Amino acid sequence: MSNANSSGVLTGSHYLDGDHACSEGAIAAGCRFAAGYPITPSTEVVERISQRFPHVGGRFLQFEDELAASIALLGGAWGGAKALTVTSGPGFSLMMEHIGYAAITETPCVYINVQRAGPSTGLPTQPAQGDMMQARFGSHGDYRLIALCPNSPQECFDLTVEAFNLSEEYRVPVLVMLDEVVGHMTEKVVIPEAKDIKVTERKWTAKKPGEYKPFDANGGLVPEMVKAGDGYCIHVTGLTHDDRGYPAMTVPAHEKMQLRLRDKLLNNVDQIVRWEEKDLEGAEVVVVSYGITSRVAEKAIQQAKAKGVKVGSFRIITAWPFPEKQIAALASKVKAFVVPELNLGQMSLEVERVVNGRCKTVPVHHVGGTVHTPESITAKILEAVR
Amino acid sequence: MSAPVRENPVNKYLRTERMPSIWCPGCGIGTTVNCFARALDELQESGFSLDKLAVVSGIGCTGRVAGYMKVDSFHTTHGRAIPFATGLQLANPELKVVVYSGDGDLSAIGGNHLIHAARRNANLLVVCVNNFTYGMTGGQVTPTTFKPAIASTTPYGAFEQTFNQPDLVASAGGVFVARWTAYHVRQIAKTMGEALNKKGFRFIEILAPCPTLYLRRNKLGEGLDEMKYYQEKSVIRNGASTKDVGLDYRKELVVGKFVDIERQPLEEAMEARMREVLGSKFVPYTTPVAKV
Repeated sequence: MSNANSSGVLTGSHYLDGDHACSEGAIAAGCRFAAGYPITPSTEVVERISQRFPHVGGRFLQFEDELAASIALLGGAWGGAKALTVTSGPGFSLMMEHIGYAAITETPCVYINVQRAGPSTGLPTQPAQGDMMQARFGSHGDYRLIALCPNSPQECFDLTVEAFNLSEEYRVPVLVMLDEVVGHMTEKVVIPEAKDIKVTERKWTAKKPGEYKPFDANGGLVPEMVKAGDGYCIHVTGLTHDDRGYPAMTVPAHEKMQLRLRDKLLNNVDQIVRWEEKDLEGAEVVVVSYGITSRVAEKAIQQAKAKGVKVGSFRIITAWPFPEKQIAALASKVKAFVVPELNLGQMSLEVERVVNGRCKTVPVHHVGGTVHTPESITAKILEAVR
Repeated sequence: MSAPVRENPVNKYLRTERMPSIWCPGCGIGTTVNCFARALDELQESGFSLDKLAVVSGIGCTGRVAGYMKVDSFHTTHGRAIPFATGLQLANPELKVVVYSGDGDLSAIGGNHLIHAARRNANLLVVCVNNFTYGMTGGQVTPTTFKPAIASTTPYGAFEQTFNQPDLVASAGGVFVARWTAYHVRQIAKTMGEALNKKGFRFIEILAPCPTLYLRRNKLGEGLDEMKYYQEKSVIRNGASTKDVGLDYRKELVVGKFVDIERQPLEEAMEARMREVLGSKFVPYTTPVAKV
């Protein structure tokens, strides 16, 4: 960990929307290469980046489509930069292949997805949380990544910094999963002084060319990195590869690579998982929520408390890896989890899986396009406690 | 008498530990790689360090070139070598970035990136080995398969118009456009050398035999027969208008250097614009240094 580069950090109190706060978070984290393609409601992120980057030594290019943008940032990362792209809905679907490529090539990178209602073109300017399972499983094959869910512009800033830090720490793609409301809501955002922003730098190798193997984790789980142009003569491929990065078309090679890619996140899950809890002590019902839905759920929790129900709140910050241990520990203490989300059942399935029958899981479905009414959540809390 | 050469002079540019390559006997891809290695030899003589060269490929038989070159090399996804390379080059402008891929990868699935990279004059050399087929997947029709050639997915013969790739790239804005066949080994090496020393979007198409699929299926003989065809039917027309270099099945093959013009490359255009508007407020990009 080091401190942010003060030249890029817009220290002070601002009135920003979530999208713009993501842009500032990226700059504070040291991102200096961004690739984009316009799509509502995410475009504001790259609009601000295109305006700010020339002032802070960054390069932004708008590409011809999301297929290009979603791999240009990986080129940028191997060129040495911290790199970002941003999208929504259909663009997120187009980017899936390259999220898989980033995973297998262990390229540090950040993808921001401002969720809108789908499938397909759906409701372009209106909110949903329908990409949560796509975030986890959208690219083909078996892989893991990290996905963060901010619920305010302040958190858009904080978690974008965090996204870059985690991507450098574990060499994985990190997704920042906003929804349209969080992306477009304007609130106070406090950007700290650069010295108070912790930034994880790339884990450059100290080894010399000849000694260094790009995918050899040296007994650990995350290999050190180099960039193109420094004499290491690296090879990077989306094929199954050995420690040298050379294609290795064998079952043992595939197993060795895949298990390390899994374990680098699985074995570090306690360092990665983030959540926020309130009033869990003695709670009969716990509302599990994330993103904008957590803001609506606060009101529902107040309403249910006013009716005498002991309700706690568990807010998911890392959707992936899922806070499995934390939910499991609560499952034997509460009567029910109430899970409101702007989809017809995604993270509620994950809650149900972890709970494994130890208590009720009550989803509060909403197709998206707008947010829940607090009353619709309150009604489910009251039902669950009965 | 000079001492006998003990090692193939191109070996030092190859990851020889990965040999033999996947390419079939008679395939033209290896021939082009040999030319590329010779061009790199010349480049090194002019003082350019190979440490600053990166080769990026997509998917397919030619997509394997990156993996055999002993330089920083990236085997990316199908069709997306150009946008990866654009990102790599913009983030690390000291690099000379070469995209090396096939006709299907560059002009079918990657066609949009090809024209946009030419339009924006991305600082890339693109080498397109055109063997008129998708080799790795078993010989399907591509945007360059001539009517009425047989492919596994056009069993009754191809029926679509092909791309005139040099014209496609030149119309989109490429500043250097050339075409040779795998027969023209000296010309390829020379043209590659020239292109490596130029900035902006450069495109070299190399027609190459695929004996296993394209030639066999069309009863056109072996790789050597195709080389004879290239020798007999090629006509060198340097400076020809790319409108006039379209190809047809078993007809004359117009080869040569067609376009060599100057236009501000992408990164220079980007920086010039920012400087003009922002003046002293403009902070140019610098590549991060790998500090431990």
